[in-house]
Amino acid sequence: MIDVLKYLILFFLVFCAVFVARTKDMLSAVIIFAAYSLMMAILWLLLAAPDIAITEAAIGAGVTTLLLVAAISKTRREE
Amino acid sequence: MEDVIVRYVSRFILPFVQLYGLYVVLHGHLSPGGGFSGGAVIGASMILYALSFNLAAGSKKLSHDVSSILESSGALIFAGMGLLSILLGGNFLANRAAGIPLGTPGNLFSSGSIAIITFGVGIKVASTMITLFYSLIEEEGHSHDHH
Repeated sequence: MIDVLKYLILFFLVFCAVFVARTKDMLSAVIIFAAYSLMMAILWLLLAAPDIAITEAAIGAGVTTLLLVAAISKTRREE
Repeated sequence: MEDVIVRYVSRFILPFVQLYGLYVVLHGHLSPGGGFSGGAVIGASMILYALSFNLAAGSKKLSHDVSSILESSGALIFAGMGLLSILLGGNFLANRAAGIPLGTPGNLFSSGSIAIITFGVGIKVASTMITLFYSLIEEEGHSHDHH
């Protein structure tokens, strides 16, 4: 059961990574990247690294998204 | 951006987020996490406050200058504990070799200088996040109105 969840999350991560690179709209790319970070945090927890999971959830899904959105608001939204 | 739902929800969850961040920092030598993870959680909570209310309200709680000073003092705590070990006759950041009392393993007040170092790292990381956010979001002309 856990293995199935792991493979599902890994597939979702590859899917997200491809679409972050392919999306033309910067804001959408940042939101997809936040979803990537959230799934990565769950995966770290399943891989028995809870401290990295806490850091990934706070930095990857929280602060990075916020700083990237702030950067977009200072520049252009389209690529 | 003035939104009632965002403001009420963030006002509701902010104490829990900050308490969790403090827990992760203060139990850094006992449980998963430590200065970096807990500091990131505390910094993210302060950024959430400044975002959901406005920048002026966030600056009133913790201004740019104060967070810059906190950032430097976190690094000073780290370096100071390292130099204290040298003064007590060990290497830089030496713990038991320098004669710092370790306490009972598993207690909150144990592990000598590691707990204090973790606390300093937590302060440093949290205030770095806040300073980074302020530096990025503040206008050059220092106008505090939010778009």
